[in-house]
Formats: sequence, structure tokens, C-alpha cells
Amino acid sequence: MPEVKKPLLEVKSLTTSFRTDRGLVRAVDNVSFTIDHGQILGIVGESGSGKSMTSQSILRLIGSRKSEQVNGEVLFEGQDLLKLQERQMQKIRGKEISLIAQDPMTSLNPVYTVGNQIAEVPMIHEGFSKKNAWSKAIEMIKRVGIPSAEVRAAQYPHEFSGGMRQRGVIAMALAGNPKLLIADEPTTALDVTIQSQILELILDLRNETGAGIMLITHDLGVVAEICDQVAVMYAGKIVEKASVAELFSNPKHPYTQGLLASLPKLGDKTRLTPIPGQPPNLHHLSSGCAFADRCPFVMDKCRSVQPALKKEQTEHQVACHLVNEEGGDENQ
Amino acid sequence: MFTYILRRLLIAIPVLFGISVLAFFMVRLVPGDTVTAMLGTNYNEAQAEILRQKYGLDQSIIVQYGLWIMNVVKGDLGISSLTNEPVFDILLTRLPITLELSFISILFALLIAIPLGTIAALKRNTPVDYGASFFGMFGISVPNFWLGTLMILYLSLHLSWLPSSGFVPLSDGVWANIKTMIMPGIALGTSVGAVTMRMTRSSMLEVLGEEYMKMAKAKGVTNSRLIWKHGLRNALVPVVTVLGIQAGYLLGGSIIIEQIFSLPGIGQLALQAISNRDYSLLQGTILFIASAFVLINLAVDIIYALINPKIRYS
Repeated sequence: MPEVKKPLLEVKSLTTSFRTDRGLVRAVDNVSFTIDHGQILGIVGESGSGKSMTSQSILRLIGSRKSEQVNGEVLFEGQDLLKLQERQMQKIRGKEISLIAQDPMTSLNPVYTVGNQIAEVPMIHEGFSKKNAWSKAIEMIKRVGIPSAEVRAAQYPHEFSGGMRQRGVIAMALAGNPKLLIADEPTTALDVTIQSQILELILDLRNETGAGIMLITHDLGVVAEICDQVAVMYAGKIVEKASVAELFSNPKHPYTQGLLASLPKLGDKTRLTPIPGQPPNLHHLSSGCAFADRCPFVMDKCRSVQPALKKEQTEHQVACHLVNEEGGDENQ
Repeated sequence: MFTYILRRLLIAIPVLFGISVLAFFMVRLVPGDTVTAMLGTNYNEAQAEILRQKYGLDQSIIVQYGLWIMNVVKGDLGISSLTNEPVFDILLTRLPITLELSFISILFALLIAIPLGTIAALKRNTPVDYGASFFGMFGISVPNFWLGTLMILYLSLHLSWLPSSGFVPLSDGVWANIKTMIMPGIALGTSVGAVTMRMTRSSMLEVLGEEYMKMAKAKGVTNSRLIWKHGLRNALVPVVTVLGIQAGYLLGGSIIIEQIFSLPGIGQLALQAISNRDYSLLQGTILFIASAFVLINLAVDIIYALINPKIRYS
């Protein structure tokens, strides 16, 4: 039997909660997934479904305040990041795991040059001298496809266009040569032509460096284009998880089905079918399934018992009573 | 940049012209005139008439203004009726004292405001933050003359640590000079520090929530580097503006403080000029302070461009 290789990232029962004036809010609720080397995992969901909170919990960008609590395990190459000291965590951020944030317009510091901000990464992680770090920054800027890198490096973020800035952010994220890249809606703020260029760039990088990528998006088109695996999040939970091909051809969860039905199709003149209702308020979650109020197939059980994420087939997991019961019946 | 500075200086000309009009006419609204003040109890009409002729006060007020402003343009602020010295020379001898006082006040204000404001923002809603807020309210509410008087009472009369008043020039020893400047500097700088601290705190709080701070942290930047390198420079942009306005007011605030601590600066000079109805001296002082205000604001805008790369003047 071949030795089981440790996954690059293994998240187990990650739960992130905030204490607010109106009570405890679980933004991420018992989320588990793995990402292997060279694999791209897409995390899909509406705004407020806990996607970004998941990524920030992994990097421990939240959890330091008293009102924030992150529980569970985040095993990066077998090491639980949630147990590390802040100082050890600083060595991992930007070096082992990097982040590309959603809005390139605000993720670069306006008072420092782009080159300076990229150069900071080798300076803090590899002890590069200013001069060497600067050459590295120029190299990175070239690598992400920004022309006249030497000139661009010395410019400030406001002198860059949106797409250029996102390339700058990506250059910054890659300067440490990370094993895991978390891309939090990297193309949302960009127009479509730039979007595909950025996705292309992310794919190239995966192919070149073999890094694992966690791609957070609300755009199923993006998922279909570049992801290997996909997890659908709703109200802080993963409701369905499968390979991309499987999920698109055979969506099981009513929410996923709704998401796919609300996508426009080329040549189809019928009206889009939106999912009725609104995402639930995390302050007032019922004890049952969070999707129950919007679900066309809702049953009595859904309102009282929370469905667990069950292995429907080995690689396709769904958290839905409907599917799980059917599956259960079949097994009997 | 150069053309920008030039343009700003040109814009300052009508401003200063307006101030000269105000200064000239308002000074003359004060009951009594130079001559009555000079003669005091020996006042008699004949003598007064001679003096009025001597200082040109017998002419119409418009003509007086015309004559004065023509000389001002040539760089001649007139002769003080009190000391018979050129006003410009008097201002130059008094200027270093006021400048030193302003400098020490601002230094004191900054040394307190920047670290305290930053730490208060970091430790938001903790006792540290409440303490800083208390200092902020205290510094803004407490009149500087009261603070100055209390310091004289306690630090000078009670503890004898510092001289209660008087001025020692720098040439008589740096420490001796600074000793006379510490209390007035603190008295004057406290409110500036309080306002600046509050601005630093709120500005820093805003910066801490910015996406680029999260990104810098995600790069693996240490906490201290995150705050002092990535955060502070951004937070300082509005702080500099506030500080610039405050620095302008320091010149005005120093009138009272210089009086309390017997510092022979511009502020004290203005007060003397008023009580003696020394028109040329008072007009000259007002115009001088106004020009200083304009120059400080220009300096602030230039510093602004240095810390905020988005601003490039052309």
C-alpha cells in the first residue's frame, strides 16, 4: 500500500465566532476541507456566507481580539496553525501561505511604492538587503506580466490601473514563493477581460510552482474554469463538496441547484430562476437547516434538525436531509 | 512644485492685503489714540496737535492708510511711537523667542500626541484608551493660562525646579534657556497635543481597518512594523493638517502665555502695542503674524505632499 501523503492543508471543524452586542455569531461553522499540493479548491457562496472569514481564520488574521474566537484545527503540512505563537505565524504568513485580497484598489498601501511593498516580503522573510529585495521585486513584477517593470516598481499604487494593481498584489503574494495561495475573490473587482488574464496568471503559477490554491469566489464561472474541487458555503457551513465536474453535472443540494439555475446560459431566452428569499441572519439561526426557509423541498425535519455533511459518494458530500435520507434508503 | 509654491505665495498677497485693511482700521476703532496714550495725564490739546502732525495722524484716515501700505510694500513697517525704533527691527529681535516657544510647544505636543493617539487606537475601549481620552478632554478644556499659573505655583514656587518667569537667551547657556521655556512650552503645547492626539487616534483607527493593513499582516509583517511603518504614515496625513492649523494658533496663544511667563516675544509685543496705542507697532505685528500663518500653511501643504504621494503639486 502506498504511503498516504499528508495533504498540504487540512482544515478540521473550523469554527469562527464573534461576540457582538446582539449575541454570538458563528461566521464559520464546523468547516472541514483539504487542499493538496497543486490542487485548486474553489469555495463558493453568497456574500456573508463565511468564505472570507474562513480564509482569514486560516491565516489567523482574525482571532486575536477577545470578541473573536477561532476553534478547530488548521493543519498546514501537519502543523496546527491555530496552536502557533503569533511570532511563528508571522513566519508562515507571506512565506508559506499568501493571500490575494478581493479589492486591488485598497489592498496596496497608498504611501509606499509598489516595488517597495513587494520587496518587503523577501526582506522580512529571507533577510534580503534592500538592493537585492528591489531586484526581486522587479523580477516579480515582470513575472506577473507588468511591462516596464523597473519604472512600475518605483510608482505608487494610485498610478496603477485596477488590473495592474491586482497583478501587483499577486506579485507581492508570490514573492515569498508560497506553498499555499489563498485568493479571496481575486477577480471580483475587475472587468471581464482583466479577470481572465488574472485567472490565467493564477493557473500558470500553479503549474509552475505546484502550489495549492484556495480560490474564494461567488462566481461559478470562475470555478468551472480553473478549480479542481469545489465547496459550496451557506450561512457559515459547507453544504456541498465535490469535484468540479461532479458538482456541475450532478448538483445535490437544493442551494447548489439554485445557484446553478440562476446562472445565465448562452442562447437561452427564458428568464433566470433566482433563489427566493434572502440569506439568513446569522444572529437568528434556527436549530434546523439554515436554507430551510428558501428551500423548495423543505420538510418538517429540516426546520428542527441540522443536516450534517455526509459522504454521499466518496468524493461528493452533501449536507441535506433530502439527499442523505435518499442515500440512506438506497443503502438499506 | 516650484510653480505651486509661487502660486500659493501670489494668492497670499490679496489675503495679506485684506488683513492689512482690517488691522489698520480696527486698531483705530480702539478709543484713544497714540497721542493720548503718550501724553497720559499731561495731555493738553496744543501738544497733542503737534504730536498728531508729527505722526501724520492729522490727515484723513484713508490717506494715513495709503501712506502706511505704500511703506509696507517697500518693506518699511514704520517707526514705533513707543520706542522710536523701526517696527521691523523690533519684530526681528522678538521673533526668535516666539519661534522657540512655538517649536517647544509643538515638539511637546507631538511627543505626547503621536504615541498616545496610536496606542489609544490600538487599545481601543481599554483603560489606556480611556486615559488618553481623558487627557484629550483635559487638554482641550483647560485654559493654557490656568495651566501655566498652576505650574508656576507648583513647579516654581513650591518645588523650585524651574524659574517662574523671565527669559534667558540661548547665548547665556542652552540649559538655562530651555529651563525658562519648559513651562510655557507645556502650557501652550497641551491643547495642541490634545487635539493632535484625538486626531491621531481617530485617524489611526480608520487606518487599522484598511484592507492594506490586513494585506501587510498577511505578508508576515511584525506587529510593530505594521503599526509604525504601514499604519502611522497613512494616519499622519490628516494629523499634519490639524497640526498646521494649530501651529498657526500657537502664535496667537502665545500672547497670553508670554505675558504670564514674562517672555519678551511677539505676543507680549502685541499686548504692549495695544496698551500704548502704538499703531505702527500693532499693525506691523498683526501683519507679521498673518504672514507667518500663511507661510505655516504653505509649509503644511508641502509636508502633506511629502507624506502623501497622491498629492503632487503642479
